[in-house]
Amino acid sequence: MLDLSQYQSVGEALREALERFSKEVCLIEADREREKDRLTFAEFKKRALPLAKALQEAGFSEGDRASIIMTNQSKWLISAYAIFFCGGVLVPLDYKLTPEEQWQLLRHSGATLLITEYPIWRQLSVSVGRAAAANVKTVLVTEAPANADLAGAQRWEEFRGEGEPRFVPRRRSDTASIVYSSGTGGRPKGCMMTHENYLEQCVALTSIYPFWPGVRYLSILPTNHAIDFMVGFFGPFTCGAAVVHLRTLRPEYVREAFPKYKITYVSLVPLVLKNLQKGLQARFDALPPGKRKVFNALVAINKALTKSRPRLGLSRLLLKQVHEAFGGELLAIIVGGAFTEPQTLQFFYDLGIPVANGYGLTEAGTAITVNDLKPFRADTVGKPLPGMEVCILNPAPDGVGEVAVRSKTVMSGYLNDPELTAETIVDGWLMTGDLGKLDETGHLQLSGRKKNMIVTEEGKNIYPEDIEKTFESLPVKEFCVFAANYIWPKRSMTGEQLVLVLHLDQEQQYDEQLHRDVTVRNQRLLNYKRVHGVILFDEDFPRTASLKIKRNELAARLAKLDSAAAIRPL
Amino acid sequence: MRTLEQTTQEVLDLATKHFQLPAGSLAPEDDFFKKLGIDSLQTLELLSRLENHFAIELPDYEVQGVSDFKTLAERIQSRL
Repeated sequence: MLDLSQYQSVGEALREALERFSKEVCLIEADREREKDRLTFAEFKKRALPLAKALQEAGFSEGDRASIIMTNQSKWLISAYAIFFCGGVLVPLDYKLTPEEQWQLLRHSGATLLITEYPIWRQLSVSVGRAAAANVKTVLVTEAPANADLAGAQRWEEFRGEGEPRFVPRRRSDTASIVYSSGTGGRPKGCMMTHENYLEQCVALTSIYPFWPGVRYLSILPTNHAIDFMVGFFGPFTCGAAVVHLRTLRPEYVREAFPKYKITYVSLVPLVLKNLQKGLQARFDALPPGKRKVFNALVAINKALTKSRPRLGLSRLLLKQVHEAFGGELLAIIVGGAFTEPQTLQFFYDLGIPVANGYGLTEAGTAITVNDLKPFRADTVGKPLPGMEVCILNPAPDGVGEVAVRSKTVMSGYLNDPELTAETIVDGWLMTGDLGKLDETGHLQLSGRKKNMIVTEEGKNIYPEDIEKTFESLPVKEFCVFAANYIWPKRSMTGEQLVLVLHLDQEQQYDEQLHRDVTVRNQRLLNYKRVHGVILFDEDFPRTASLKIKRNELAARLAKLDSAAAIRPL
Repeated sequence: MRTLEQTTQEVLDLATKHFQLPAGSLAPEDDFFKKLGIDSLQTLELLSRLENHFAIELPDYEVQGVSDFKTLAERIQSRL
């Protein structure tokens, strides 16, 4: 890989990688069973530089912000490189957000350029939110049909400049990207990530899970997600490795991709890992009794032989068919984004498939800890990565306290929000809001949250404040949304749910009509953002002088209720 | 050519069969995440079944944000 200590910026390191590994394959793009594109680093460069030139001719320059809202595909990475080449700041947004949410974040980010796909633009262009984001001056749309109405956008494929663009250098301390960790409905949390954050994180991660030419990383998590940006773009590219994009995430095509492209690494969120487990378990259960017995014996032997460390060669021999289903070259499944149940991790490890369970936050520059598999531990999220200092603040007698992190990978702050930045980064330490303890071997064990939020199995962070807008004008005296765990803390990070607290008007009943109103509004939210139950509370909410709800005080009052009886399921 | 009503009914019938539900237990306006208790991956599996049935390709983005059978049927109808 490149010696990243020699580079000042993401763009500079990528530029060198495109030269150094020019003949290697860097990208494969597939749609179902069809391979749509296969690019070497030299071909990647050939597609990116005319775009960079056109951007410069259009006036895009150093420090300008450009957003990408796309599914995982080659044009995502080509566009990102062109933006970095021009010295721009990348604003990757989640294509799964609603158009209104996307415009809101586009406005907050100050992006002047938007690069998106035609189906996404079709919805964005007619959204009422567009008028509020006048800062977006140029829109480039990929894959638009020949006679499509582009609603003021330009075709990405035709946005090409002639001649060599000028590479714009950036310093390590400059902002490379603004990544939104939440805030679509309330207070946007735009994490300002510096070039140094990315360079340092890449060095740390690849020291444990290295990439090299020939390695193939299957990119399933959205590239706007901090994990995929690092291990599905910057990491493999600076090591000469290749990224495989799938245009569909149908489980059957994901399963086929492993043997077809001989995948080396993949990052998954717990939901997908559990789905893979379910599929495998069903196949094992369907084995005839005799074969099942042999299989179980082989798993037991593998388990005994890999107790202290993975032995991939041996596992591939013992459990040949299982490993062939994964392509036979899989080195590790990296799991993150949300808490993974230990039994799921153990299931894969017992089959000889190393699962690198990790823990991270966008604010910390992706990963904070990762399991180094020496030995495998299903009960922890691993040890801090090189260069990461982790400490437990105010530990209780059992050692559990808030996890704090100090590292060169920690963001410089939240965009336009010095107050929140000051609350989150204290004396150089990032307050994660998660609770955990470090054991005697240095492994971090997570056990709950201090903050009012949930993380779904799909790795989505949901802050109650962000979804309250949906319930605005509900005909009740007042309402508030909470993470149930915040009211009734439990030592668990799975099955987290949101609850809607209603304070009804005097004489008002929670009748069928109100229930329907709540249900209809709830269904307007994307499925993973929905509240799971309603709590009726007959006291006035405690409020500050500026009439903001004192959430911690209200939660303390609600905690006196019996949760099982208080929550009416929706 | 199927009408939207026919497409909707076929979507409901197929989902009923796929999830082994009693006949007539699904309605066009039903939220399938809630009614079927499924996650986003299981939704994609259902989509594959629907694609085979209608002999079409439905890109993932077409069903982005869709959570009721009626809208799903409309998206399918536009590709028939």
